[in-house]
Amino acid sequence: MSGPNTQYDPVEVAALDPEAIEQAVTDALAAIAAATTLEDLKTVRLAHQGEKSPLALANREIGALPPSAKAEAGKRVGQARGRVGQALKERQAALETERDERILVEEAVDVTVRVPRRPLGARHPISLVSERVEDIFVSMGWEIAEGPELEAEWLNFDALNIGADHPARQEQDTFFVEPAGSGLVLRTHTSPVQVRTMLEHEPPIYVLCPGKVFRTDDLDATHTPVFHQFEGLVVDEGITMAHLKGTLDAFVQRLFGDGIETRLRPNYFPFTEPSAEIDCRCWVCGGSGVLDGQSCRTCGGTGWIELGGSGMVNQRVLRAAGVDTDRYSGFAFGLGIERSLMLRHNVGDMHDIVEGDVRFSQQFGMEI
Amino acid sequence: MYAPVSWLRELTDVPADATGADVAATLVRVGLEEEGLHGGDIQGPLVVGRVLTVEPEPQKNGKTINWCTVDVGQHGQMLTEGKPQEIVCGAHNFGPGDLVVVVLPGGVLPGGFEISARKTYGHVSNGMICSAAELGLGEDHSGIIVLGELLGPEAAAGLKPGDDAIELLGLADEVVEVNVTPDRGYCFSMRGIAREYALSSGAAYRDPADPAALPVDAPGEGGYAVHLTDEAPVDGRAGCDRYIARVVRGVDTTATSPQWMQKRLTQVGMRPISLAVDVTNYVMMLLGQPLHAFDLDTLSGSVGTRRARAGEKLTTLDDVERALDPEDLLIVDGADTPLAIAGVMGGATSEVGESTTNVLIEAAHFDQVSVARSARRHRLSTEASRRFERGVDPDVTAAAAQLAVDLLVEHGGGTADPAYTDVDHRPARQPFDFDVTLPTRYVGLDYPREEVLATLRAIGCEVGEGEGNVVSVLPASWRPDLTDGPELVEEVARVRGYDQIPSVLPQPKSAGRGLTHGQRIRRVVATTLAQQGLSEVLSYPFVGAGLFDKLGYASDDPRRAVVTLSNPLSDEAPLMRTSVLDTLLETLRRNVSRGQRDVAVFEMGLVTDGTGGPRTAPVPGVAGRPDDATFEALYAAVPPQPRHVAYAAAGDAERGGPWGPARPVDTGDAVAWALTVGRAVGLDLQVAPAERAPWHPGRCAVITLADGTVVGYAGELHPKVVAALELPARTVAGELDVDVLVAATGTPVDAVALSTYPVAHTDVALVVDEAVTAAQVEEALRAGAGDDLENVLLFDTYRGDQVGEGRKSLAYRLTFRANDRTLTTDEVSALRDRAVAEAASRTGAVQR
Repeated sequence: MSGPNTQYDPVEVAALDPEAIEQAVTDALAAIAAATTLEDLKTVRLAHQGEKSPLALANREIGALPPSAKAEAGKRVGQARGRVGQALKERQAALETERDERILVEEAVDVTVRVPRRPLGARHPISLVSERVEDIFVSMGWEIAEGPELEAEWLNFDALNIGADHPARQEQDTFFVEPAGSGLVLRTHTSPVQVRTMLEHEPPIYVLCPGKVFRTDDLDATHTPVFHQFEGLVVDEGITMAHLKGTLDAFVQRLFGDGIETRLRPNYFPFTEPSAEIDCRCWVCGGSGVLDGQSCRTCGGTGWIELGGSGMVNQRVLRAAGVDTDRYSGFAFGLGIERSLMLRHNVGDMHDIVEGDVRFSQQFGMEI
Repeated sequence: MYAPVSWLRELTDVPADATGADVAATLVRVGLEEEGLHGGDIQGPLVVGRVLTVEPEPQKNGKTINWCTVDVGQHGQMLTEGKPQEIVCGAHNFGPGDLVVVVLPGGVLPGGFEISARKTYGHVSNGMICSAAELGLGEDHSGIIVLGELLGPEAAAGLKPGDDAIELLGLADEVVEVNVTPDRGYCFSMRGIAREYALSSGAAYRDPADPAALPVDAPGEGGYAVHLTDEAPVDGRAGCDRYIARVVRGVDTTATSPQWMQKRLTQVGMRPISLAVDVTNYVMMLLGQPLHAFDLDTLSGSVGTRRARAGEKLTTLDDVERALDPEDLLIVDGADTPLAIAGVMGGATSEVGESTTNVLIEAAHFDQVSVARSARRHRLSTEASRRFERGVDPDVTAAAAQLAVDLLVEHGGGTADPAYTDVDHRPARQPFDFDVTLPTRYVGLDYPREEVLATLRAIGCEVGEGEGNVVSVLPASWRPDLTDGPELVEEVARVRGYDQIPSVLPQPKSAGRGLTHGQRIRRVVATTLAQQGLSEVLSYPFVGAGLFDKLGYASDDPRRAVVTLSNPLSDEAPLMRTSVLDTLLETLRRNVSRGQRDVAVFEMGLVTDGTGGPRTAPVPGVAGRPDDATFEALYAAVPPQPRHVAYAAAGDAERGGPWGPARPVDTGDAVAWALTVGRAVGLDLQVAPAERAPWHPGRCAVITLADGTVVGYAGELHPKVVAALELPARTVAGELDVDVLVAATGTPVDAVALSTYPVAHTDVALVVDEAVTAAQVEEALRAGAGDDLENVLLFDTYRGDQVGEGRKSLAYRLTFRANDRTLTTDEVSALRDRAVAEAASRTGAVQR
């Protein structure tokens, strides 16, 4: 590179000719616009912005100009290079965007191809209904009490005012444990847990007793010899049948839906006095007994669904468990979990519940 | 109990326009639950027909039908074509000449079943010959009704073809069927049902045993002798406290019962049999008092009671010879010959038959418990025993005997002996005190004193005078169930109506503590297994004795110590399971047999530990809380029933597909599920090889707590077990004691402060003997490396020439991180060397 040439006339330096510079810019912009790929643009960048590009060469000539000319020539070349640079930048951005979009399109997969590599398991709906019922009562401040399934006969019958000769004892289809006279049975209801609770704890008692129970019934569409119940027991001062009804109303609303109510009908159970059968207004037909012009199948057209038995705890039961009947009264109720499941989820056949077919559990998942 | 509405109308004022459904609703209100409505829904023509011809025609489907012609009088084809009715019938219990019931085209049977002439089996069948079930007269589908058998030849003789059968069989009348609860024995009679109807509706009630309606002759000297003895009273109560014996002589026992009586008996579900039997049944249905009719001439001079003697036998009316128990109360004659099991069933020798002319009517009051035990002992639940067990009105005995005598005289042409014996040892009923404020306090609804007293009187109680809150109440003779305050509260509440009871949610004074620790842990265990891909199932906990051999248990395996049921569902499975796998494996097999190739199931449930041997639980009294020793004995007698969770899986753990090949489930899965369950409840469970049935001896792990307590076992099942139980090859399984997991948890986890200094990884390959387990090497590495070792991961295992026969190479990645600084390369190398040295010293490991 030579030193400043004071004799130098910029007009006469071809590379710095305004027309030549303008031409170089025009050529560059055309080439940039013509580049369709990032690769093309790289070549264009080299040709029009690189060290050997016309504008770079022109720029180099500026140093040789006399000071009087430098400013003007510098401004002209600088602007030209700026325009090219800007165009390159814009084109680069445009092409990159285009590429990114293309890649995302190319990478698309068929998301409907199912990939059940490790299938999710499931809880059994009997467990889920049971846990849901437990949660409802826990939310009311109750606790969950449990006990053995193979139980002392005294706790299953005698303590519940079902003496050895009571007709109800014959109706319960009990499994007895060998040898004869062992005093042990498979519990026919979860009521022995209520007795255990009263024997072990002073009132106030607010417990729910869910669990497996046994009767010597044959398996058919609506019966199973091994099934599940939940029984409630409250023993406190001033407990009345109104409290029983309030509890049952609150429960059915939380399990079956708002606005559902219960109806009590007189009945007989040895362990309660007074005793009441629990009916629940049919949530399918709303209690009308009619659905789509037909008799409602869920409630058999009666508008009511039988749920279970209940009543005020018989004072003989309280006394056998050591509760002071002058001070305390209580209520109890018992409902079937299978029946609740069948009603709530339209299960038509008990076989599906008890046979352990995984397809049954898998319909429900992990929450019910 | 069946209650014909027309019969009810005789005893109480049922509104003229009330339907059977209205009557049922009125009865439900006071606690008589509706079991069904029968009758009233048949439309004629339903007529008497005489079978003229029966031509059997075998069909291709193997059935034989009968092509019949029937004379139905001036109806149907007779009317229009002048020929007998042509009908196809599938039943075979009849023949030409029999009188039958025919529904003709245009008729409607119960359930809206419309009858029309229709082509069937190559004929046009113009109607149907009916069975009892088709007419709603009970459950008998076995054949069609032959009127000569149903009504007796005499009554049938008065019938002619074309007679209206709806009226004949009482089918126009609605019958309400109600369930009678054990406390309301009196409702096993029309007298009781009518009383409840009147109570519920407020209608007038006419007691059929009212002396004004049914005058009763006074007993007197010279009646047939009665001798009551009881050598073994049950709980100190005499087996019989009242016995009336009345004699009617010269009865034509072959006379047919009157049509109205037959109709009523048919309506209440009983078959008319003979005059004497029909009369006793009719009186029982009306008044609730079971009666027995003896052939007087078979008795030797007197009648009475005693308990049976050991070895004694009696052939009952059902022709079964029964071995009697010394607790059975018997009816015997003067020669001490057993005649009947009191209150349950009569004997064959004294039965009233066609040759009987002199009849002895027994009307007695037997002890509830004594009858209940005899009925249970002989598996004989009869109309009589059901009533005595629940309590029969001891004050209706004489009226019932009187009515039976009157009916036998009227319809059998007999003469009643003027004198009869009434041995009457009825204990006086005892009044008890009742606080009239109890209903209000017990129900939560205000019951004014006047209402309480009025209700008690309405149900037959005698209420003492007095102004105070406590009154003396003497319950009615037919209400032995009323013995204390709450029982009277129920009466007050049901008469006002349970629908009046308000709804009040009780508020526990102290909030509950939520689920227990154990309950929460169990939910986590179940949810964790479900999230690992296993589906929860349930199975019945009953197994057969042969199962333990199939599972390969040694003869002294404690899991063979079982509790046995005396009346199992099936003789094949009389034992309570001792492991959940006992029944879960069958559930797995069922799933596979239903087409599930890849199955993973689990079940959580109780098992019964029978290792304590047979136990006997005490049966204390119920007057108060058992004493402490009895309480302890009661609880101790119940065998331990730990809660286990078991799982089993077969097929693929990970499925094959476009992403790659399948991976079959293996021992590693079975062990990992156990460890994952442990981790989910905050436990680091330990694994060691184990040999235990029913697992493969080389593929079984014992799962323990850090202190060595066994939690359970997991691995692949023994091939012989797989074969014996017909399971898929390579089935894996595990069983964990949930109670151990619950006991091991519950103390809060102490959190470790997290280091944010960088980690350093280093890999080591160690060659050890085959017998050395990965867990042993890992434990040694951890011990040698110290606290800065964050993690040990086995990432490869190699067997082959380079390590030699009987050896294996285990490649571990060790991750180090210090709490207080970045570890230098030299420090990491030093820690690794210490780890390897410890492994070498403990397991003989050699670094490759």
